[in-house]
Amino acid sequence: MKTIKLVLITIALSLGLTACTSDDDSPQLEVDPLAEYNLVTKVDANGHSLELYSDGNAFTTGYNEVYLRIKDDSDNSYFANPKISWMPVMHMESMNHSCPKSELAISTENNTVVEGYAIFQMAGNADEYWDITFTYEVGGQEYTVTQTIDVTAPSDGKQRVTSFLGSDNVRYVLAMVAPRDPVVAVNDIHALLYKMESMMSFPMVQNYSIALDPRMPGMGNHSSPNNEDLTYDSSAKMYTGKLSLTMTGYWKLNLKLLNMDGEVLKGEDVTEENEASSLYWELEF
Amino acid sequence: MKIFRHAHIVYTILMGKNIHSPSWSIYVALFMFPLYIGAQELVLPQDSIIRINLDEVILISARKTLDYNKQPKPLSSLDEYLESSKKVDMVKRGAYAWEPTLNNMYSERLSVTIDGMRIFGACTDKMDPITSYVDVSNLSKAHIASGQQGAEHGTTIGGAINLELDKSNFRDTGLEGNLETGFESNNEMNVVGGQLNYSNSKYFVDTDIIYRKAGNYYAGGGEEVSFSQFEKYNFSALGGYKIADDKALIASFIFDEARDIGYPALTMDVSLARAMIASLGYEQDELWGSLTNWKSKLYFNTVTHVMDDTKRPDVAIHMDMPGWSDTYGYFSEAQLKKEKHSFLFKLDGYYNRSYAEMTMYPNDPDELPMFMLTWPDVRTANTGVYVEDELDLNGSFLKLATRMTVQNQKVADEFGLNSLRIFYPEMEKSKTRFLKSISGQWHKMWMPWHFNVGLSYGDRAPSVSEGYGFYLFNSFDNHDYIGDPELDNEKSVEANTKISWEKSKFKFTAEANYFHITDYIIGDIDPSLSVMTIGAEGVKVYKNLEYANLFNASLEMKYGLLEHLNWNAVLSYHRGTDNEGGNLPFMSPITYGSGLQFDNRSISAAFQVKGAGKQRNYNPNFGEDETAAYTVYSVTLGKTFAINNDAVYAKFGVENIFDTYYSTYTDWKNIPRMGRNFFLTLTYSIN
Repeated sequence: MKTIKLVLITIALSLGLTACTSDDDSPQLEVDPLAEYNLVTKVDANGHSLELYSDGNAFTTGYNEVYLRIKDDSDNSYFANPKISWMPVMHMESMNHSCPKSELAISTENNTVVEGYAIFQMAGNADEYWDITFTYEVGGQEYTVTQTIDVTAPSDGKQRVTSFLGSDNVRYVLAMVAPRDPVVAVNDIHALLYKMESMMSFPMVQNYSIALDPRMPGMGNHSSPNNEDLTYDSSAKMYTGKLSLTMTGYWKLNLKLLNMDGEVLKGEDVTEENEASSLYWELEF
Repeated sequence: MKIFRHAHIVYTILMGKNIHSPSWSIYVALFMFPLYIGAQELVLPQDSIIRINLDEVILISARKTLDYNKQPKPLSSLDEYLESSKKVDMVKRGAYAWEPTLNNMYSERLSVTIDGMRIFGACTDKMDPITSYVDVSNLSKAHIASGQQGAEHGTTIGGAINLELDKSNFRDTGLEGNLETGFESNNEMNVVGGQLNYSNSKYFVDTDIIYRKAGNYYAGGGEEVSFSQFEKYNFSALGGYKIADDKALIASFIFDEARDIGYPALTMDVSLARAMIASLGYEQDELWGSLTNWKSKLYFNTVTHVMDDTKRPDVAIHMDMPGWSDTYGYFSEAQLKKEKHSFLFKLDGYYNRSYAEMTMYPNDPDELPMFMLTWPDVRTANTGVYVEDELDLNGSFLKLATRMTVQNQKVADEFGLNSLRIFYPEMEKSKTRFLKSISGQWHKMWMPWHFNVGLSYGDRAPSVSEGYGFYLFNSFDNHDYIGDPELDNEKSVEANTKISWEKSKFKFTAEANYFHITDYIIGDIDPSLSVMTIGAEGVKVYKNLEYANLFNASLEMKYGLLEHLNWNAVLSYHRGTDNEGGNLPFMSPITYGSGLQFDNRSISAAFQVKGAGKQRNYNPNFGEDETAAYTVYSVTLGKTFAINNDAVYAKFGVENIFDTYYSTYTDWKNIPRMGRNFFLTLTYSIN
């Protein structure tokens, strides 16, 4: 008897909940879903506030996760399921270009938040700057807003993204996504590879591979065992491998980019004579 | 005290620069001294059961004035006392903290205990064998047992060294004290010590303190060995109280601290090596009617060891390498004598925590320091049961002994565990091992012959470094070492025999042992690994060798030439090979020694020759080369005076008389041993 009662109650409750959410696009949660992130910038336009969050205090060169939500200034509520697209642009003295980025997709955890990432190849400076143009649709109307953002070099000055011309004459952008907080252990290493089709178009490159050789230049180029080269993981939509770090300190991750035929597009082996590859990332912890 | 240094120089000048060591003929003559064989039968010693043990006992304390005469060099370091043993050799990385070896086996294959207490050094590079945390002032004897005969205090392959603390033990001696001082010319070492003891049948309190300070020593020929200085002091207090006639409580505490210790053979020195060793024991004459001599002890010790390279010039990279080792333990033992049986039952256990870290400071000040755990907080819990029985068979004795031990090792630090999982991704956090030892020793007498034969089996778990060490640099073979937590236990089958012929003035002993060790643990080069230490040649990972064989043999002769004059000689041979017939590293060449001792209670004198043949069987993969043969000579003179009712004992000696430049196979990276050295010790004993 008790079980049946319980089942009935459950069904009733779930029906009720479904009824509520399907008709009404109101936000579900009172708790701030972005409490653990930092508000990097806020754009006020069209009676809305676009709030940009990231896990760092600012956007830095390399891979940046971006979280965005739109507040209706009239009632301080957040729009649910907003449709947003974006286009970051670097305004250089002689030209403009964009950067590799993902789509902005509704967060699986909260439907007022969209998330994605951008890979800034370079930092802004006094004369050159990044901005992002957002095109969004809320309440059946489309809006556009452009906001200048600060992109700085990471505070430790270490290279986590590199933009280069491959031996196939294609310009690539290769960014390390993880580890963000490396530890003395075998770390999962994730990376994204894009090619620069045009100034504004950066399609993702799949099924290449990235050879990994971590070294400590301060320790006579000490290396670590049991690293795994990065290969493309189609389900995660990025390159994954294993990075062993035997101690804390400064590590240079020497890389070689290989295409599907195993041809080296960039990077060299580290040998006695050649201390480092021209293609590399850096880590310090 | 500078006078000794001057005397040293004057002597060198007088004798000329090129002193040739006396030729072979002298020590051959010494060794082959005409043998006189007495005719009378030897009376069987009352306590002959003791003779079943092939233990060697080195007397350290001089409780009785008489004992002073027997000591070749009072106030010498414990290391020098141990080195005087037939079976013990000392690995020397400098002038301080030598590492004892037994049957050509090293720390990890030995059980070294202080009054039965387990202590583990805190240095990943074996710069602090536990024998460095006590001083001669604390000790009465060192018991040296070969192979599984040393299993009483813990699992072992090569044997055991148990250092017995010196205690008054309710003897009715009242207040006693002495002051001691010693000086050695070569390294201008000063030793000052004192003891104050009170003992009666109800309670006793023993205290002692000793301080040593030495500068750099000089090798034969006058070459200064830089970074060989050291300074240490040691304090100990021991007390006993009789709760009842047959019940006593005994407590002991040792504090030992050494600073500014140079290790000329290594790339780093030590700024601090400190140990605190404490115990509380309970003794009762009888237990449950039939058991006797029930002794139990709870103990704790903590060791701190800090390496230091700040005084060295041209350091590739500055590093801090502190280590800690804490051990908690207990044991309880009792005897049972029943008809022909004489049993000893012992239950023991310990819990050790070994933690060591390394921080390296990059030459580029903008880079962050590099940190690793070299011992990842390894917790070893070990408990075992030991039973031995000495059987009195008609005309012979049989001693059977067994030890069963359970040991669990756990990596308590996540950082350390993750570090090791770089090498061993499937590694478990904890590992339990069962360790077994069984031995039989038979002793038969056909006067004047004594015949001993023994057969035993024992195994051991890998040491903390062998199991869990992370990039431990060995400067001898210039490799970094990585432990392997999945190593199999090392197992040893051992056979030994000893024949001695003894008549009043003459004693002849021939002794040999053979170890067949399967899964012998040794470092093996892994060419795929990249060195960590700047300048190292490669990386070795500990692995189980299929097997290794070790053979040791010795001949010893003693002869009473005159009433107060004795002569002795020892010759020993050692061989160690791996499963492919290759040489095991650190195997002794042929060694010999011979001496004359005179002792008439007021005057003592001794002349000693010691030497070794060329080390032909060496292994260059472990950094060894052919160590040259050497012979060194020493002489000592002692005299006892009486001042009022007190006794003053003086001993003077010269070691390495001919200032020979030499190093032995155990000298790390061939650092030379001390050149000519004059020493003088004075003991003022208040009775």
